[in-house]
Parts: sequence; C-alpha cells; structure tokens
Amino acid sequence: MTLLLSCKQFLTELNAYLDEETSAEERSQLQSHINECPNCWVVVDTTQKTMRVYKGAEPQAVPQDVSERLMAALRRKMADKRGGC
Amino acid sequence: MQASNGSVVFDEAALVERARGGDDAAFAGLVEQYQRKIYRLARNITQNAEDAEDVLQDAFLKAYTNLGKFHGDSKFYTWIVRIAVNEALMKLRKRRGDKMVSLDEEIELGEESVTREIAVWDGNPEQTYSQEEMRKLLDDAIQSLKPTFRSVFQLRDVEELSTEETAEALELSVPAVKSRLLRARLQLRERLTKQFKRKGDDAFAFL
Repeated sequence: MTLLLSCKQFLTELNAYLDEETSAEERSQLQSHINECPNCWVVVDTTQKTMRVYKGAEPQAVPQDVSERLMAALRRKMADKRGGC
Repeated sequence: MQASNGSVVFDEAALVERARGGDDAAFAGLVEQYQRKIYRLARNITQNAEDAEDVLQDAFLKAYTNLGKFHGDSKFYTWIVRIAVNEALMKLRKRRGDKMVSLDEEIELGEESVTREIAVWDGNPEQTYSQEEMRKLLDDAIQSLKPTFRSVFQLRDVEELSTEETAEALELSVPAVKSRLLRARLQLRERLTKQFKRKGDDAFAFL
C-alpha cells in the first residue's frame, strides 16, 4: 500500500510530472494521487491546456514600420561591414 | 524566404552556414524567419513597444556582428533568444531604475498556492475564440505575471528552451528556474481557467 501524497506535495511535483522528469516509481505515486483526487486531476488537466495554448499561439506579425526600421538598420550595418573590408 | 507557413522547408543550419560565409541575404532570411518571435519575446519581457523595438534591432545587429563567434553547438534560434533576453532585461532594469528587477528573489510555493480556481475548461478555447481574441487573452494573462515569472515562462513554455538554457539565459540556478516556472504555470492556469471554465461550474463557485 503506497502512502498517498497530500495535494501540496503533489503540487510541488507538478512540473516534474508535466515535464516527465520523474522516475517510474515517482510517476506512479503521482498518478495514484491524481486518480484519487479530482481537484488535482483538474489542475493537471488545465495546466497542460494552459501550456498547450501558449505553445500553439502564433506570434503576431511585427508591425510593418518596426520591421522596415529593423531591415534598414541591418542594411546600414551590412554596408558598413563591406565598406570596412 | 517565406518559410513560416511550412510550405517551404526552412533549413536553419544551411542559412547560418551561408551567413557565416558572408552571405547577407542568408542572414536576412534568418531575421525574416525569427523576427516575430523575437519581437513577441521582447514585448512580453519589457512590456513596452519602444523598448521592444530597440531590443529587436539590437539583438539582430549584435547577432550579425558576432556571427563569427557563433559556433553552431546550439541552434541559432537559441542563441538569438539569449541575446534578445539579455537586451530585454537590460532595458527592463534601466526603466525600473532604482527598483532593481531581481530575477533571483526567493520564491516559495506558500499557502496561497494559487489553485483556487478548480474547474474544467469548456471545450477547446482555440476553437471557441478567434486567433486574435486568443492572442489578447494570452498576452493579458502573461502580462499579469511578475517579470521574474514572466521571463521564465516565456523562455521555457513559449520559446521552448530547456531548463538549463533558460537558467543560463536568465542567470538563474536550475532550481530557481523550476520554482518560478511552477508558479508561473499555476498563475496562468488560474487566470485562463477564470476565462475558459465551463459556465455551469460557476454554480459551485460560492462553496
């Protein structure tokens, strides 16, 4: 009979669980906690979804004027370098 | 060099090799590929459009100047992210002036262990909200974090750097990255759950 973790102990190990950085033994202990504790199951599920929505978000286009100034600065730098050779 | 939509294979290593050989068009291709991500990172860390533009320019100009020092033992992307993070943190510190931004303060997963909002999400928010609405919600949530949590989350979970790479870029210890990441994830989860929870679950909110 494995001793069940408290929710606080579980939360401390949440990242290790999410990032799969646990040993098989630790993982099964964490897994048994989730199976028994609906609140922690919800926390795991919604944290995974939080990470997923951020990973999946496409960055917005750089505003055109900002991008143009970047490219202009870069062209100047490139010209300087060639001039200096 | 329209590779971001996946229709053209983007070969980072080949472009870096050409750029290192003096091919400026190849370097411009790298800028084209990564400017969106670097700009987002700069905005999220500095929280300021003007600073973000400076960071964007300075990071790519520095990378161009120092390309000879890039040895290809990490990805170019990881390298440019690190340069941009350094620039962004310098801006942040300058702007905060005396209120020195310390990324290294002690963090504990204390009593308010930020899991008050226990509710399942209502389906897939990506399908419910437009890309524009989603972006706004995610940006607002990330901006509510303290700089120290924001930077760690940005690098680990948005830019997908490893714990070690994040630690190196932010000059934090590995355990410090881990504890900040946990807090950041839980705080974001809390905020997004408020937004995305199944509405029927509100019935239990007063309990």
